[in-house]
Amino acid sequence: MFEGYTATELGSIFALQGFAGLILFSVFLLMALGLAIIFGQMGVINMAHGEFMILGAYVTYLCSQVIGNYAPALFGVYFFIAMILAFFASASLGAVVEWTLIRHLYKRPLDTLLATWGLSLILQQVYRSVFGAREVGVNLPQWMLGAYRVTDLIEIPINGLFVMCLTVLITIAVGILMFRSRWGQQVRAVMQNRVMAGAVGINTARVDQMTFAIGCGVAGVAGSAFTMIGSTGPTAGQLYIVDTFLVVVFGGAGSLLGTVASAFTIAQAQSTMEFFLSGSMAKVLTLLTVVGILMLRPQGLFQIKVRR
Amino acid sequence: MTNDTKWTVDRRKLLAGMAAVPAVGMAPGFGHAQATSEVNTTGLAVTDDKVTVGILHSVTGTMAISETGSVQAEKLAIDQINKSGGVLGRQIEYIQEDGASDWPTFAEKSRKLLVNDKVAAVFGCWTSASRKAVLPVFEQYNGMLYYPTFYEGLEQSKNVIYTGQEATQQIIAGIDWIVKEKNPKTFYLLGSDYIWPRTSNKIARKHIEKLGLEVQGEEYFPLEHTQFNSVINKLKLRKPDVIYAIIVGGSNVAFYKQLKAAGIDLSKQTLITISVTEDEILGIGGENIAGAYACMKYFQSLDNPNNEAFVSAFKEMWGQDIVIGDVTQAAYLGPWLWKLTVEKAGSFDIDKVAEASPGIEFTEAPEGYVRIHENHHLWSKTRVGKARLDGQYDVIYETAELMEPDPFPEGYQ
Repeated sequence: MFEGYTATELGSIFALQGFAGLILFSVFLLMALGLAIIFGQMGVINMAHGEFMILGAYVTYLCSQVIGNYAPALFGVYFFIAMILAFFASASLGAVVEWTLIRHLYKRPLDTLLATWGLSLILQQVYRSVFGAREVGVNLPQWMLGAYRVTDLIEIPINGLFVMCLTVLITIAVGILMFRSRWGQQVRAVMQNRVMAGAVGINTARVDQMTFAIGCGVAGVAGSAFTMIGSTGPTAGQLYIVDTFLVVVFGGAGSLLGTVASAFTIAQAQSTMEFFLSGSMAKVLTLLTVVGILMLRPQGLFQIKVRR
Repeated sequence: MTNDTKWTVDRRKLLAGMAAVPAVGMAPGFGHAQATSEVNTTGLAVTDDKVTVGILHSVTGTMAISETGSVQAEKLAIDQINKSGGVLGRQIEYIQEDGASDWPTFAEKSRKLLVNDKVAAVFGCWTSASRKAVLPVFEQYNGMLYYPTFYEGLEQSKNVIYTGQEATQQIIAGIDWIVKEKNPKTFYLLGSDYIWPRTSNKIARKHIEKLGLEVQGEEYFPLEHTQFNSVINKLKLRKPDVIYAIIVGGSNVAFYKQLKAAGIDLSKQTLITISVTEDEILGIGGENIAGAYACMKYFQSLDNPNNEAFVSAFKEMWGQDIVIGDVTQAAYLGPWLWKLTVEKAGSFDIDKVAEASPGIEFTEAPEGYVRIHENHHLWSKTRVGKARLDGQYDVIYETAELMEPDPFPEGYQ
């Protein structure tokens, strides 16, 4: 497969492939972070996760339209405004959903699966009724388009770099929030022992609501970022949901580090195999490997040790 | 349905029809219309002043993205036919059913339209999977389906009129053109992983190899694929003269955005696609695909009086910002072809319509001119468009002759 290429060409391609893997890793991690909080910490199987992401994407679309039309001077930086709005939009919707639907089902995890699946169908139809069945195009400011040219062959997509930086920032933020803040302490306390947490004075209902909302908010930011690399349509959330669960479950529910490691492993494996095989085969092999490993290690890559 | 009940139904309709004869004679304005008993001998939903047809597309679910345009086009055509006097003096009424992007639902709804509603024709389906699901129903209950999408061929039925192009019509002319124009040596074929792209690429590969040129690679991606960086790297390494892409749906958007982001400039790298209509560019964004070539039979920018009238009528009915893609235009042909066929046959009977179909010409088609072939596909021209920044195509080539539909191409399977 490599005959007839010079060493520089090969070197460039390996560098590019390395970047492709890293970008895929960032994408996987970004979409899994929200779910890692919701599914990992709270144990809620949120099938509507993709739709929370798409809400963020639509908020970005609205921002690009509004700012493009009414404040073109701000267009260069509108994406940052859009991401913040996307966070709050998805988080508010998350809070409402938690209050009306999820909190009644904490003791019935399988029912949350059905309820959130129904919710995802409802949201899809709402997007379709509001924004139309067709996909919408999100305009990007000029500086976010194109590639950064390192050498003749090595060109790094700017939107990929952007997603990478964003992922690093959000992962660090979530890490600090979970393990260094008072709120994170409460979340972990509630998760480990709800009754005892309540007994020491933690308002568990409030913690649950906040946790769910923040998980959804992170999903919204991810959706906002993905308008750069993917499609924005009523059912686009379905494109991400399988990979998202795959990453979280494979990493070991409840472990942030596990999610990071799992996203990295899956992304590198997939992008390398895609290069040597074809897209469909790479996917098949990735899934097979994950299934194989989960059979040997049902708890996933990492597990938080809890005395039960 | 047993023979007994069928007889009862037929006899009842027959009696009703006979009773209607004198009424038709007396009603002013319908004097020219033929008696219902003559034009409808099989118990379809045809009365003295109206005829019922079905529209069967997905307006919910994944496929709603694509099928919305077809529904709009079919409603426009029905509306125009009604304003111009209807079919055999009868106004068209439609019953719309939602296939919900789910193939068994398509089959069930088509059964409902044919058995319960006794519609005289159905305009519908989009994906090959939905067509395959309804085909046995149409053959069992003897219905008539007008199917609008370009598709992979390898099918022909008395009960279906295919108003989109089959694969050879769309592919071969396009490759011949690109070979003449750009003189490429190497091709790289890409596609989403299901029957249409796979069959189309097979035809493309055979044709490319027949011309003595090289296919460097052929690759498929799952329908929900959103990350194309690895294959883009492969394209950079192999440097094919032509990228031949049949990627569909949400994947499409990801592919073109990432291609652009990776620094592949479509004004320098030749890319030809058969799956991106103006509808898809809405999601992809003109700036991400400008410079690419698309090969199909219709573009919104087509310059002829028929198309001007069609585009302005379409915008008037559905909004000024709307775009019209290849399949939307093909869907618009359905009701018109059916009307012309019914009037030639002098009957709504399915058997007579099927028999009268070959040779039907529609001279006012937005794409110019079409004629139904003996194999129930359309003779049509194939065109190549070059994507512009504003999301429209410039039509830069059209075949001199109508392309003959050949759903079972020899040597290409």
